[in-house]
Amino acid sequence: MNELELIDKLKEEIIQTLNLEDLKKEDIDTDAPLFGAGLGLDSIDALELIVLLEKNHGIKVSNPQEGKAIFKSIRTMAEYIQSKSPIKNP
Amino acid sequence: MSDMNYITSYCKIESGKVVLNNEEVFRGGENVAEADFMKSVYKHFKTDYPKFYKMDNLCKLAFIASELLLKTNNITEKYNRDRIAIVISNSASSLDIDTEHQSTISDKDNFFPSPAVFVYTLPNILIGEIAIRNSIKGENSLFIFENFNPEFMENYHNILLNLKTTDACISGYVDFYEHKYKAFLYTVEKTPGVLAIEHTTENLNQLFNK
Amino acid sequence: MKSDTYIAAMNVISPLGFTSEENFGQLKQMKTGVLVHDDPQLYFEPVCAALIDSDRLRSEFKKLNTDISYTRLEQLMILSIESVIKQNPKIDVKSERTLLVISTTKGNIDLLEPANLKKFDKDRKMIWKTADMIATHFKNPNTPLVVSNACISGVLAIILGKRMLDSSQYDSIIVSGVDILTNFVVSGFESFKAVSKEVCKPYDASRDGISLGEGCGTMVLTNDKSLLNDDSVIVVKGGSSSNDANHISGPSRTGDGLLLAISNTLEEAGIPASEIDYISGHGTATLFNDEMESLAMADAHLSDVPLNSLKSYFGHTLGAAGIIESIMAIHSMKENTLIGTYNYKEPGVTKPLNVITKTTSAEIVNCLKTAAGFGGCNAAVLFQKQ
Repeated sequence: MNELELIDKLKEEIIQTLNLEDLKKEDIDTDAPLFGAGLGLDSIDALELIVLLEKNHGIKVSNPQEGKAIFKSIRTMAEYIQSKSPIKNP
Repeated sequence: MSDMNYITSYCKIESGKVVLNNEEVFRGGENVAEADFMKSVYKHFKTDYPKFYKMDNLCKLAFIASELLLKTNNITEKYNRDRIAIVISNSASSLDIDTEHQSTISDKDNFFPSPAVFVYTLPNILIGEIAIRNSIKGENSLFIFENFNPEFMENYHNILLNLKTTDACISGYVDFYEHKYKAFLYTVEKTPGVLAIEHTTENLNQLFNK
Repeated sequence: MKSDTYIAAMNVISPLGFTSEENFGQLKQMKTGVLVHDDPQLYFEPVCAALIDSDRLRSEFKKLNTDISYTRLEQLMILSIESVIKQNPKIDVKSERTLLVISTTKGNIDLLEPANLKKFDKDRKMIWKTADMIATHFKNPNTPLVVSNACISGVLAIILGKRMLDSSQYDSIIVSGVDILTNFVVSGFESFKAVSKEVCKPYDASRDGISLGEGCGTMVLTNDKSLLNDDSVIVVKGGSSSNDANHISGPSRTGDGLLLAISNTLEEAGIPASEIDYISGHGTATLFNDEMESLAMADAHLSDVPLNSLKSYFGHTLGAAGIIESIMAIHSMKENTLIGTYNYKEPGVTKPLNVITKTTSAEIVNCLKTAAGFGGCNAAVLFQKQ
């Protein structure tokens, strides 16, 4: 999966997992902040994103503090997943 | 000092029907799933609160009932919100979402407990949701009885509204379990208001069951 | 008509003991009930928690000689209520003038596991059914009042008990709080990344999460002084609850919700902050809860009052916590002995708190007990020695 596909997939996963019902993929800016002003996510969403990484991408984040950097934007998430991905370019 | 308190507005949601102060204001289609029904109520009344979609069924039900209820009266304007209490009871506690959390942990090979699910495994979260939406900070209690208990509600409101801390209450019953649901929320004040129904066991029984 | 509400009997069942005296004795020696448990039934990894010894529970319960089968949670509550009745025979549990007030967050939550439910009727998952089983066991004719308000349930149950007495319908109220620790609760708090790998460190600079626990606490309240069998009189002077109206799981960033509950409590009790001798805090040892408490205490002018958290002894016992911790606070008042906060070493909150570090003697007349919980709820209750 290339980065663009991954970004697309992540947007879908986030809308579904975090129940952002009124949003469409196109509404999420890849580089916009996920927390605070951006999508208005909160601390429970941050924890839920940690579960998402583990469940859908097999990546375990044990220290929730790490999440801050990873979940800055969809792009930083995608980059993190690619850097950790056990199978590169299958 | 008069001991009488009054039901000044009420909202009842059950079997695909929404009743607000003696008037049916919405009816869902036949055989609509509970979740879809609650969403259709949310949409029908043009509610704008994206957090609604994150709530579990019990909180969604409590939330839409409280939205409609607080649209029909002005208690959040009339009283200091630090002095409005929320007193709600139910029967099945949070078992609906408890069962969902249990399903995320029962398979050791597919063990993904969800914080967004777990946080709802306490029935009083529904009070929190109503409090957050309306900035209400007063007394809060979530009781569990097998059935709605009007005798207790009458008695407890007499105590609560006599305290120096409380001017008005949002009260009632919200239950959601095994596809059955019922919300009956009402406001209680020391003055009769428009509805002017005395907050008595008999009247509560009648409103709850009719 | 409001009159003073007295405490007529108490019991605590925890890993530290099966009576309140036994528990308090362990606290005085600063012995904790929180240990590492490596039990896959509880969690797939070892977890630091306060668990009641099942063998001891079984053997204590066997002594009651009942042929009805009760769940682990029901056994704890029955044993605890049996203990207070034995302690004070003037309390007539069978009377219609006695009400049971039950505090629990999760009830028989172990019955959600199919293997456990097999042994019981499906209704037993319902908390009202548990309450009904307890009332029936003690032949109490009233429908128990069950409160399930997250981590303030226990403190709220005491407040409700007092209010029900003030309504003059009852002579005595048996307030009992219980929760058990299962995979359900542990995995939930683990998913919140809220559980410490070590015994929790309330208010400490290096605190990194809670320790969970299980237990049961029971106290009998009465407005009738003749029902007391003890010379040292403890009175419930007032109590109040509130909501942050801020977030369903995150503590308030200002502490204003807890401050409201404290102010209302002091006002009802008619006691100024300057007369509080001891605070039994909530102190879950999460970063944000303890910080929030420090802000509320500062705004309530209570920062200098000696304060402890007992979470590093009992773990967080959820619906039982407020009652167990209140009972320990009452022992502190009766014995004029402040208990140190186990595992507290260095200050770690923005507004300084006077955290008690070791067992010390002090005259305690007025004690404030506070609690806060999910759903943004807060509660406070004030006990006075007369």
